[in-house]
Amino acid sequence: MLNLRRIPLSAWVGLILTTLFVFCAVFAPWIAPYAKGQIVGDVWEPMSGQHWLGTDNLGRDLLARMIYGARTTVFIAAMATALSFSLGAILGFTAAVVGGWFDTLMSRFVDLLMSIPTLIFGLVVLSVLPSTILTLVLVMGILDSTRVYRLSRAVAVDINVMDFVEAAKLRGEGRMWIIFREILPNALSPLVSELGLRFIFAVLFLSALSFLGLGVQPPDADWGGMVKENKEGIVFGIPAALIPAAAIAALAISVNLVADWVLNRTSDLKGGRSGG
Amino acid sequence: MSPIVKLVAQRIALGVLLLFAVSVLIFAGTQILPGDVAQSILGQSATPEALANLRQELGLNDPAIVRYFNWLGGVLTGDLGTALTTRQEITATLGPRLWNTLFLAFWAAIVSVPLAILLGLLAVRYRNGPIDKAISGFALASTSFPEFFIGYLLVFFFAVKLQWLPPISTVYDGMPFLDKLRAIVLPATALVLVVLAHMMRMTRAAILNVMQSAYIETAELKGLSALDIIRRHAFPNAIAPIVNVVMLNLAFLVVGVVVVEVIFVYPGMGQYLVDHVAKRDVPVVQAVGLVFAAVYISLNIIADIAAILANPRLRHPK
Amino acid sequence: MADAVSHADAGELLLDIRNLKIEATVYPPGEDPRQVTIVDGVSLKLHKGKVLGLIGESGAGKSTIGLSSMGYGRGGVKITGGEVILNGRDILKGGMSGLRKLRGREVCYVAQSAAAAFNPSHRLMDQVVEAALRHGTATRKEAERRAVELFRKLSLPNPETIGRRYPHQVSGGQLQRVMTAMALCSEPDLIVFDEPTTALDVTTQIDVLAAIKDAIRDTGVAALYITHDLAVVAQVADEIMVLRHGKLVEWGKTRQIIKEPRQEYTNALVSVHEIEHQEKPPRDTPILSVKNVTAAYGGSDVKVLKDVSVDIYAGQTLAVVGESGSGKSTLARAITGLLPPENGTIEFAGRKLSARLDDRKRDDLRELQMIYQMADVAMNPRQTVGTIIGRPLEFYFNMRGRERDARVAELLDKIEMGKGFVDRYPAELSGGQKQRVCIARALAAKPKLIICDEVTSALDPLVANGILNLLLELQSEEDVAYLFITHDLATVKSIADSIAVMYQGTVVRYGPKSKVLEPPFDDYTDLLLRSVPEMEIGWLEKAIEGRRMESAGN
Repeated sequence: MLNLRRIPLSAWVGLILTTLFVFCAVFAPWIAPYAKGQIVGDVWEPMSGQHWLGTDNLGRDLLARMIYGARTTVFIAAMATALSFSLGAILGFTAAVVGGWFDTLMSRFVDLLMSIPTLIFGLVVLSVLPSTILTLVLVMGILDSTRVYRLSRAVAVDINVMDFVEAAKLRGEGRMWIIFREILPNALSPLVSELGLRFIFAVLFLSALSFLGLGVQPPDADWGGMVKENKEGIVFGIPAALIPAAAIAALAISVNLVADWVLNRTSDLKGGRSGG
Repeated sequence: MSPIVKLVAQRIALGVLLLFAVSVLIFAGTQILPGDVAQSILGQSATPEALANLRQELGLNDPAIVRYFNWLGGVLTGDLGTALTTRQEITATLGPRLWNTLFLAFWAAIVSVPLAILLGLLAVRYRNGPIDKAISGFALASTSFPEFFIGYLLVFFFAVKLQWLPPISTVYDGMPFLDKLRAIVLPATALVLVVLAHMMRMTRAAILNVMQSAYIETAELKGLSALDIIRRHAFPNAIAPIVNVVMLNLAFLVVGVVVVEVIFVYPGMGQYLVDHVAKRDVPVVQAVGLVFAAVYISLNIIADIAAILANPRLRHPK
Repeated sequence: MADAVSHADAGELLLDIRNLKIEATVYPPGEDPRQVTIVDGVSLKLHKGKVLGLIGESGAGKSTIGLSSMGYGRGGVKITGGEVILNGRDILKGGMSGLRKLRGREVCYVAQSAAAAFNPSHRLMDQVVEAALRHGTATRKEAERRAVELFRKLSLPNPETIGRRYPHQVSGGQLQRVMTAMALCSEPDLIVFDEPTTALDVTTQIDVLAAIKDAIRDTGVAALYITHDLAVVAQVADEIMVLRHGKLVEWGKTRQIIKEPRQEYTNALVSVHEIEHQEKPPRDTPILSVKNVTAAYGGSDVKVLKDVSVDIYAGQTLAVVGESGSGKSTLARAITGLLPPENGTIEFAGRKLSARLDDRKRDDLRELQMIYQMADVAMNPRQTVGTIIGRPLEFYFNMRGRERDARVAELLDKIEMGKGFVDRYPAELSGGQKQRVCIARALAAKPKLIICDEVTSALDPLVANGILNLLLELQSEEDVAYLFITHDLATVKSIADSIAVMYQGTVVRYGPKSKVLEPPFDDYTDLLLRSVPEMEIGWLEKAIEGRRMESAGN
């Protein structure tokens, strides 16, 4: 029951931009004007018909590198989000429904992990681990799953005490039915919106790590890494570093707009149809 | 003992316990994970003898538990160990850097806290009006901007184009106070922008929550003026949630410092941490990580205590 | 005068509302916002020192009318037409500053939930005298002296010192009286009472009601008394105005409204509790037998149930009556296995039930069904009516496809709802329809016993009446037994065959309905029975006089 006319302008902007970014990420080799890592001109050439966004600190075409950067950024952030989400949601739901010692143990451990700022703990762990994409995904995914855990547990606990769940328990329904048929459909919209927020967090986290030189390693680069590569140019008035930074901001804003819309559309348990 | 003292004591004890658990976690995170510290210091080409020597020197051959308690004992007596790369006492290096970081965070907080509360109040006062919408639009943008985007935009315009302020924030001992302030204007502004939106949104929600209570309606039906309603009825109940919001955001600010310090090459703890993560200097990373965690946890404890103290049910038990 | 009521004996006119129209903007999910009319062309007159009762079901607009006398609209509500003339001037024309001058001085307000209406961070006295100080009608000393007098008049304990307490330090019934004192403290001309006793237990309600009535009489203040309970308003009001869907239905003297209602709707409200029900004698063996059950929450020392024994016979209704905290809902939890008892046994259909829910056999679960107070949270909002009713059929009888659909249609028919409801979601049903669907879900399991936990208390009286009639009808068709948990004695009289009265975790009186409701009574049952408001002028005074026991709220 999705009425296109009812989608607000902000959500349209978000949807279109997000689609554009994902499109660049998926089809990078076909749409990038130059090959990956190819040196095509002088260092930090200004924008021109030849190089729409100019060239970077080694004379590579910035647009081509941005498009390949989109691929790295979106791919790693999506993998980390998928990991944090499945881990956090499964453990959170289980903790809420099973309760008892499992719930206590998990919740205390998550409290502990969350009492250290994510970036700091990420840096501590990365000081001993090799900087590979797999490590990045694992570290980001596991650290961020704590937030998903808290949310899914809280949502599930709220629903679990409602009379309709009690009615299902009195009927004799099994745990699977209760989790998947009674609780999950009602927890979906906050979780979907959270999915967007977690993805943004992953993009920002990855960019920060790469900017600090601890994320994606050269010659590959995500957008955060590209900011690092070109940051020396800023003091000479060369804005090359601002372009990938702005792209990160644009991606984050557009996903935020979509997530906001999803949350507002079905923010309570009242509307039966709107959840579709 | 009054229940409020008991609750506060409990919260502080819990915080101390948490700090110990965090120290275990940080230690475990750097010691038990795969990856050989000696190997990473000396690189792939190191000879087995050199590796063995270094392991011996670092005490890596002792069981993890022993090493943890040695480390913890040092931390508790103010000895954070020796940096692997520079062979300097970490405590001595860390001191001035911690001071610099706190100096930066302090000025960012001085500006952002009143500003956030003011904007939050404005947003509530003109709820759903253009001011509220503008503020929430700004909040959305600012939570989506990475710190370095904000930071380099500031550098690009105010340091490079307009040349009002230095692009790099150099501070040193004995620097005149006003010069020091001038040096941190840009990084402090970046930090303010990073936390402002979040703090403002949470303040708005906290005040709104109070303003929608039934007792505000009662006050309105007594014929009190808008000012009296806010001063006498809303404010006493909103103060705790606001202090809570502020503390949580200061904790957030302390973390934001890491990236901002790197942007402005500011000699603080964040810069120190990042440098030594890249050099895989584990003792420094452990020490700085622990200090960051301690600051973060303390601010969270203060936030909780503020909430406890402001609750009339706890202050005046039955 | 063209009004339905003659005002020949009335004094000076205080409030004159003419042709009031009130609208609100609503934002239905997924639709464009639209304007709805909440109050439509209502006029009323109130003379000095008189009490007008505003009565109606939810959505009748009675609170909205009450608040309009202070020029106040709650939420997005706006007064869009008509005049509100108070003490000879139209207050809607005076602007905000004019309204501020009259609020808390000429008109004061007593809310339904005093617990929420008091500011938790100030002492009671500061809040009680605040309006008088703000409007400069008294010095702090005078106002405080007056407040203490009012506390005494409202029979609050320790009137000299209760003002030093904080709201959370006094009980709900007391807080409601402090709120009345707060309204009276600035000596207003008019007080709006908005369901002031609805949230209270029945034995507490009677005290608060008496206190309010005395205070109104002694101070000579006029009042708008808003409630959904005719029996309550009959005790305090001089005149009653019946409202429905924002429109006036009938307006008259209290005696006329309750004794000779002229409109059909008023008549329905007046005679709502009159259900004819013939008490059935106990049979040989009970279907459910609760023996010496003792229970506590989470291993705590406080027993919520103490040595409780009751029997229920097939096709009959046992009503369990008690106030909040009496343990009546806990009894239901013990029987369903949600709270395994510490001691005692529960026998059902000749077999001994396992204490824990997890250990029970599927047939035990099937034959013992439950209906809840809040029908809207008892149904999964993401399931259609068809799924909700059909699931027990699949689960217990393995019915699928067409067979199941046919049975669902049959059940919908039984609860007097058409087949068109199969694809509806709970959010698209009215309160009464939701409760009917819950009944159908219980019936689908072909149960021998249904536990009904306060199933009518969240519903408007007429709707509740329909549900009770339906339950009785189904009982005679299906021979199902009910364990009916309620705080409402009127409901009990309508449907029970036997009654158990619970007080602080024990059954204080138990037996066939005719025996239980017949003297001699024990003290608690006496108090409970005397506290149920009757639609009789002068009942309140008689009830207070005849009591042997203080109510629990004191």
